[in-house]
Amino acid sequence: MPSLGADMDAGTVVEWAVAPGDHVHRGDLVAAVETEKSVIDVECFEDGVVERLLVPVGTKVAVGTPLAVIAPEGATPAPTPAPTPALTPAPAPAAGTPERDGAASLPRATPPVRRFAERLGLDVARLPGTGPHGTVTHADVRAAASTGTTARTDTTDTTDTTDTTVPSPTPTVPPAAPAERPRITPYARRLAAERGTPPEALRPGADGVVRARDVPAGTGATPTRTPRPTPQPTRPTTPPSPRPAAQGMRAAIAARMTRSLAIPQYHVDSVLELGAPLDRLREVNRRLPVSERIVPAALLLHATARAARRVPELNGHWVDDTLVPATTVALGVVVSLRGGGLLVPTIPAADELTLSELMAALRDVVARARTGRLRTSDAADAGLTVTDLGETGGHSVHGRIFPPQVALVGFGAVVRRPWAEGDLLGVRPTVTATLTGDHRATDGVVGGRFLHAIDDVLHDTEEWS
Amino acid sequence: MIPADAPTARDEAARALVRAGLARIAPGPDLDALEDTADLRDALELDSLDFLAFVEQLSRTTGVRIEEDDYPRLRTVASAAAFLTAAGVP
Repeated sequence: MPSLGADMDAGTVVEWAVAPGDHVHRGDLVAAVETEKSVIDVECFEDGVVERLLVPVGTKVAVGTPLAVIAPEGATPAPTPAPTPALTPAPAPAAGTPERDGAASLPRATPPVRRFAERLGLDVARLPGTGPHGTVTHADVRAAASTGTTARTDTTDTTDTTDTTVPSPTPTVPPAAPAERPRITPYARRLAAERGTPPEALRPGADGVVRARDVPAGTGATPTRTPRPTPQPTRPTTPPSPRPAAQGMRAAIAARMTRSLAIPQYHVDSVLELGAPLDRLREVNRRLPVSERIVPAALLLHATARAARRVPELNGHWVDDTLVPATTVALGVVVSLRGGGLLVPTIPAADELTLSELMAALRDVVARARTGRLRTSDAADAGLTVTDLGETGGHSVHGRIFPPQVALVGFGAVVRRPWAEGDLLGVRPTVTATLTGDHRATDGVVGGRFLHAIDDVLHDTEEWS
Repeated sequence: MIPADAPTARDEAARALVRAGLARIAPGPDLDALEDTADLRDALELDSLDFLAFVEQLSRTTGVRIEEDDYPRLRTVASAAAFLTAAGVP
């Protein structure tokens, strides 16, 4: 069980995306693990062949517990294979995994092929396989996709004619929503049955697959409100009731913030003028495709990451009455969720990213947080956290430190304010930046220096690349 | 299929395009209840990333390049539809 982020010392395996015999590669999503706050996809961190799964679905184990045994590629199954902590969630195979089928001792396809098929809306279990031992190959999937065979993941679905063959969320232009029954993982299907939720009331996540987290708690058909590509087939007639996951999240936030209360904290703030940086951003965006456009929030995050390099005293952890400076700038980003609650995924080595790269990282991690598909790499420990209220939020935010970190940076909305330049008064876009510091580790002067560093980076055009 | 000389139908189609774009970003009861003249960012609580995703979506489905300077014209479903029809969509 890989690290699941600060304060999470255990997790429950809710899905296995691989079975013994599967070839896996570093970065593959091999399992999904549920914590009090969210479901996290576990990334495999080595190449090899899955030999054994050690932790059955539904079992809660501590961080550090081996989840599976992975033998090196090409090796004969060794008696003492290396335990593999996995890191990221794997798109679960569609219904009909080997373990469920019972009969199949060999996997029908490798995880990459399975994912490829899944992207195309096909289920490898229903495809003819031409590989060794009847396994399904890339070519088989391609062939099936091009001939439009009936091997759709959901065989009960006869109206599914759109979207599933499209790899990316390409919109269908006609606004009329196709009636589409989503794919569902075995675990989610079982949960739904246990909870008495009819399958047609289930709504898939952003990837079009119904997973455990998409199954509403309790008995009513009150689908959770996750962003999803198609309008829901059925609408709840009652407001969604709080889910246990949401309650768990509130409890986790409460516990962490209460712990933060024990830290002697100081606050400094500064109004930063953004006229030139935003003009420049507009110029940059004019030359970029819409999909690569950069939002001001990314600019502020980027400046914070670079500032953390200039003022390293605020990037680290307070451990045993000592400041342990971080060796890289792993930036925690507070992401508010639709329907309440928040998650704080991490952008690793944020100071080494160009502005464009940081924007891409931000988009990806926010999307994963909002669809409940964070990966273990997103759950890495941050050395410093940023909260940004966004363009329609309040003007300033004085947040609390996330222990064991020693600082938190906050940005309010970008607002136009009167601004003195020399003896002249003008109107400029500005943002109020705040810094909450752990007074045991640093003093207010360091916090002030940090805010100045952010300002410097914002106005330093060489920092943008 | 929509006659070019039917402005009302065109406007309806444009609004449907806008709503379809929003449905990809923020589906749910809030969208169903969204008035054509309501500020959609406020009503749907879209942050800058959400709004960018909406713009990208709309741009892709309509083929219209939407500049940041055009964002104020996307404030409501009605104004966004007017922007699209002015750009020749649908």
